[in-house]
Amino acid sequence: MTQVLVLVETDESGATETSRETLTFARSLGDVRALVAGDLPEGLTDQLGAYGVGAVHHATGDGFTSYAAAAWAAAVVAASHESQGGASVVMAAGTQRGNDVMAHVACRLGVAMAANVVEADSGTPLVVSRQVLGGAALEDTPLDDPVAVLTVAGHACDPAEAETPTTPEVRPLDVEVSEQDLRARVVRTEPGEPDESGSLKSARVVVGAGRGAGSADGFKDLLELAELLDGALGVSRVVTSLGWRPHHEQVGQTGSRVSPDLYVACGISGAIQHWAGMSSSKTILAINTDADAPMVTKAHYAVIGDLHEIVPAINEEIRRRRAG
Amino acid sequence: MTNVLVCIKRVPDLGGEIRLTADGMSVDDSSLGHTVSPHEECAVELAIQVAKDTGGEATVLTVGTSDAVEQLRNALALGCTGAVLVEADPAAYGPADVAAAIAEVVRAREAEGTSYDLVLVGSDASDTGDFQVGIRLSYLLDRPVAGGVSTLSVADGRVTARGAAPDGGTEITEVALPAVLTVMEGGVEPRYPSIPGRMKAKKIAIDEVTPTITPAGSRRRRLRLPPAQPSEVTVLGEGPQAAGAVVDLLVELGVTR
Repeated sequence: MTQVLVLVETDESGATETSRETLTFARSLGDVRALVAGDLPEGLTDQLGAYGVGAVHHATGDGFTSYAAAAWAAAVVAASHESQGGASVVMAAGTQRGNDVMAHVACRLGVAMAANVVEADSGTPLVVSRQVLGGAALEDTPLDDPVAVLTVAGHACDPAEAETPTTPEVRPLDVEVSEQDLRARVVRTEPGEPDESGSLKSARVVVGAGRGAGSADGFKDLLELAELLDGALGVSRVVTSLGWRPHHEQVGQTGSRVSPDLYVACGISGAIQHWAGMSSSKTILAINTDADAPMVTKAHYAVIGDLHEIVPAINEEIRRRRAG
Repeated sequence: MTNVLVCIKRVPDLGGEIRLTADGMSVDDSSLGHTVSPHEECAVELAIQVAKDTGGEATVLTVGTSDAVEQLRNALALGCTGAVLVEADPAAYGPADVAAAIAEVVRAREAEGTSYDLVLVGSDASDTGDFQVGIRLSYLLDRPVAGGVSTLSVADGRVTARGAAPDGGTEITEVALPAVLTVMEGGVEPRYPSIPGRMKAKKIAIDEVTPTITPAGSRRRRLRLPPAQPSEVTVLGEGPQAAGAVVDLLVELGVTR
């Protein structure tokens, strides 16, 4: 059986959603072990057991009190040797940290690294499909090194617990972290604004706005719609480039990737770079003056017309029904 | 004085649809303009700022064909003061090859007495999305690397880099120079070129370099377009009269009460 090692990122709730997706993805390839660096949140071991993880390697000590990608990579390499015969697939979620650490791992092992994989067939060699061009195309590529190193694109699969849960043993990992590996280390963190991208990424409804908003003053109705639907505002790159809205609201290839139940794309033409950030939305409703805009033709639902007339009418209708 | 080397890549400027070449190995860019990725636009901006603030030089480098001179000239027009074209066919280069070709230039310049204290690369190129060139470069040069940097400042031989923390906050990394940083869009507003800047850029000689490495190549077997998503769009109506139909849909989806 193929031995797969997954670097698991954690937050207060345990394994992050993208890490749980990665664990789900990993199970389709073989027996899964997890590596956790630094804090081991309460309840994480049980959660990893629910995802079918056979063992949890825990890298702890001075080298892991704050994040250093090279130190984490040293831990991943050490943990990969712990499985019988060594892990032949090593992966993390395609987050900033996941991509960084896996690139370090690939350099240390002298192998290739495939970022943002969405599919893998478990033959020999492992052939993966990965997102390129912001997800607008897939690249098929074999990973034929002794160890396949990859990251799994966000929303490549839904996180799903294993049919047969396990009771993983936590094994402290003996890893030597050199001075060299701590040359670039996080020295401090500052909390974000309460409205920064956290709420955007987890919102069930995202109201998206593009050039059609018209100006920095053109967001009042859109913000109201987002509020009425307990959602968040997301914007295209044009909007942040013009300085109409802050960068943390940007959705797309170089902004946040969102996967809400509903994405309302208002005045967004649907360039590939924006589509990359919201294409996995369950339902897409486009509001646009141009019936031939790519966003309209790719959406599930569309309303043709000026968002500045349509959005206030929707807000009014929602308020009217709630009052009635 | 901090000398900065900023690395960019010429990529197709995609619109709403993409087409692949007949062999499925690349994007058909014959009818497209070209640009650099947003991360790299920000890296160029940061390079120019650091060079200005410290009295150093900002040099822009690309690994590509002579077509990429267009992107080098743009960076020169913005305020970079030197440019290097490492002539190679990007399609024949994998990410490890690109890193090796850049490392070769950095070492050669160092031997000639020019050291690049800071090397900036984008977090990933918007076409290949490999997320690793900067990190591979750091290993080849035996320099520290910090990833996902959106703003930075240099003082006393150290760089303080700020980037997004996983929880939405900011994390700060301090690294001794010389160092490599991978840059993410979002911290700085890239400037626009001025007319005098463009004129000046025309006069700067671009240093052409032929790499000596033997590329291992990319492992790409083929590109393909993902399966088409939603098929038919349902038009709910035109103009504000459609509001009722929209709210019916919102109710059906369970996103409004």
